[in-house]
Amino acid sequence: MSTAAVELAGPASALAPDGGRRTGGTKRRPTTQLWPALGMLAPAAIGFAVFYLYPTLRGIYLSLTEYNILGSPVFVGLQNYVDLAQDEVFWNAVRVTLLYVVLNIGFQTVLAVGLAVLMHRLTKSVLVRGSLLLPYLIANVVVALLWYWMLDYNIGIVNAVIDAVGLPKVAFFGDEAWTIPTIAAINTWRHLGYTALLVFAGLQMIPRSVYEAAAVDGAGEWRTFWRITLPLLRPVLALVLVITVTGAFQVFDTVAVTTSGGPGNASRVLQLYIYEQAFARGHFGYASAMSVVLFLILAGAAFAQMRLLRAGESDLS
Amino acid sequence: MKRKTLAGVSAAALASLSLAACSGGAGAAEAEGQIDYWLWDANQQPAYQQCADAFHEANPDLTVKITQRGWDDYWSALTTAFSSDTGPDVFTDHVSKYPEFVANGQLLPLDDHVQDVDLDQYAEGLADLWIAQDGKRYGLPKDWDTVAVFFNEQMVADAGLTDKDMQNLDWNPEDGGSYEEVIARLTVDANGTRGDEPGFDKDDVAVYGLGIPGAGYENGQTEWSMYTATTGWTHTDKNPWGTRYNYDDPKFQETIAWWYSLVEKGYMPPLETTIGASVNDNFGAGKSAMNINGDWMLSTYFGYDGVDVGLAPTPTGPSGERASMFNGLADSIWAGTDNPEGAAQWVKFLGSTDCQDIVGAAGVVFPSITSSAELATEAFAKKGIDVTPFTTQVDDGTTFLFPVTEHGSDVHAIMTAAMDDVLGGKADVASLTEANEQVNALFD
Repeated sequence: MSTAAVELAGPASALAPDGGRRTGGTKRRPTTQLWPALGMLAPAAIGFAVFYLYPTLRGIYLSLTEYNILGSPVFVGLQNYVDLAQDEVFWNAVRVTLLYVVLNIGFQTVLAVGLAVLMHRLTKSVLVRGSLLLPYLIANVVVALLWYWMLDYNIGIVNAVIDAVGLPKVAFFGDEAWTIPTIAAINTWRHLGYTALLVFAGLQMIPRSVYEAAAVDGAGEWRTFWRITLPLLRPVLALVLVITVTGAFQVFDTVAVTTSGGPGNASRVLQLYIYEQAFARGHFGYASAMSVVLFLILAGAAFAQMRLLRAGESDLS
Repeated sequence: MKRKTLAGVSAAALASLSLAACSGGAGAAEAEGQIDYWLWDANQQPAYQQCADAFHEANPDLTVKITQRGWDDYWSALTTAFSSDTGPDVFTDHVSKYPEFVANGQLLPLDDHVQDVDLDQYAEGLADLWIAQDGKRYGLPKDWDTVAVFFNEQMVADAGLTDKDMQNLDWNPEDGGSYEEVIARLTVDANGTRGDEPGFDKDDVAVYGLGIPGAGYENGQTEWSMYTATTGWTHTDKNPWGTRYNYDDPKFQETIAWWYSLVEKGYMPPLETTIGASVNDNFGAGKSAMNINGDWMLSTYFGYDGVDVGLAPTPTGPSGERASMFNGLADSIWAGTDNPEGAAQWVKFLGSTDCQDIVGAAGVVFPSITSSAELATEAFAKKGIDVTPFTTQVDDGTTFLFPVTEHGSDVHAIMTAAMDDVLGGKADVASLTEANEQVNALFD
């Protein structure tokens, strides 16, 4: 999700300083705004072409080749996609990733909205609001390693507590039934504050007057939430969902530093399998084919969400 | 070594000009510059830094820059560095990895450079592991390793056993022999009942007799290979350069079935509980009484506070002998090096007594040269560690070599999941036959 957020912020922030300098520095009176506009767009456009467009096109090309990065790509047509269709580990990875996305996004979104509303309605303390962001300020890998230790079966503090109260210990990372929910929970913990902050920003765009009118009409907190807050929050929620779902599909680091996909293939999520096929096993062509499929899944998911949630329009107007 | 920048090239050109001027233009092109050298074991870096310093002293024109990267990142970092033309001139290499590098033309054959090296000075079999299928040599051996049993001396004493009992255990795949009896005896449940006593609760074990790092991937180096090898089983049809793996062999599957039975009996931790803290940290925390591990872990095991560690050789098996996998690392030269002469000098230095005596005296690993390995044995003895359980396998000739084949990383990936499923109780050992078919299909 962080990558997606950066991508969104990137072009805008790249434009601002450049545009400012040009208009301020020029002496000629511009007869047309085309050139300044192009000039302002150029940094973002060049960046997009170099860092996104070209790699994407090359990735699509590589997906049609057999390529081990050390030699030259050999064109094999659609063979990688044919192999992919029969690769049980790949389909398992799709299932595992979907399970992760559903758990992670489900918990994260519900909790984030709840937290944002609490921030909105209950407190004005910057300290309280700021502290919710704390987990997000810790690097993903550090978060994953910390929880990996705390949740360890043999010497982790969580299991020590579970054992002390007389319950059976839980192999959070080793038990196939637990491993994906555990990883989803860890990432929920880390991203919750950030997601809540985005939702919180959306809440502040809802005019006070609407709440006042609701109060005058005698609506309670619960009714206000369902009838006013949630519907008016929809465009922001749609954006948040698109960003977080896209990020969730790309879960990698938490898995890579804890289970490495195990036990068996129980936590071998798509990105990890792609990484392994490419960097550990040298099948860059095959990995590219999987990346293309993941790209299509993500594009489809984002499109569907935008349409279903009517992200482009607001009920305020 | 990084591509030279224009400024760097000019500076180097100037330097060589002035050098040539000073020396009066001596004819031979001397190797000079910086040699980038990669290794993965942080424990060994100080010793190799000493080697690098000694090398620089002997060859003032050459400076070795050592980069250490952990095993998990090492190989992917190496691949990307090769691909982007920024690979190290020389790097520590592993037999399971080098065949793929050779296949992709990434390694420099050493034959021309090592003609004056006495290859018989290395422990038997090590040098020839590095001759690829094209008949060329791609590595010069630097060290070797075997495995042995690490045990908690206090726990052994508490179980009424002696150090001596631990030294001569026998094993078989039917009932596990005296080896399994000891493991059972060392296992203690939460009520203090031992694994071989009535009333033992296998679902609430406080100390496992035998701790394991995991299911052992394709090689089982520290997990199961010390048992399977005593049944006459071998990983591949021949070694090195086998083209058929033998995971479908009943001898292998029976052994793995016995091994898994230790989990069912409560003597060995279930696989799911091994994902997390390392097997050695669990040992250090008193969660297991015995571990099988390699000599490269000696300083880690003997470094735990408040744990008295004993060593024993692996048990004898149906063959009447012990067995230990014997693996040796080597130093290889990247084909893209811009200084093949300097790189070759460094590799030869690493493979000579000049460096291996330094490494041996540091007492971290057994160097490949026999006389240097003896220095390591002495260095360990000075630390109070008798490493006979490791060296006895070499002295008795009971070692077998790490399987060297093509498609190593694919075999690893397939067998990792397959062995996890068996040891996790998800699949029967018979499922390994299907995995074996997948593995062997790679070679068709």
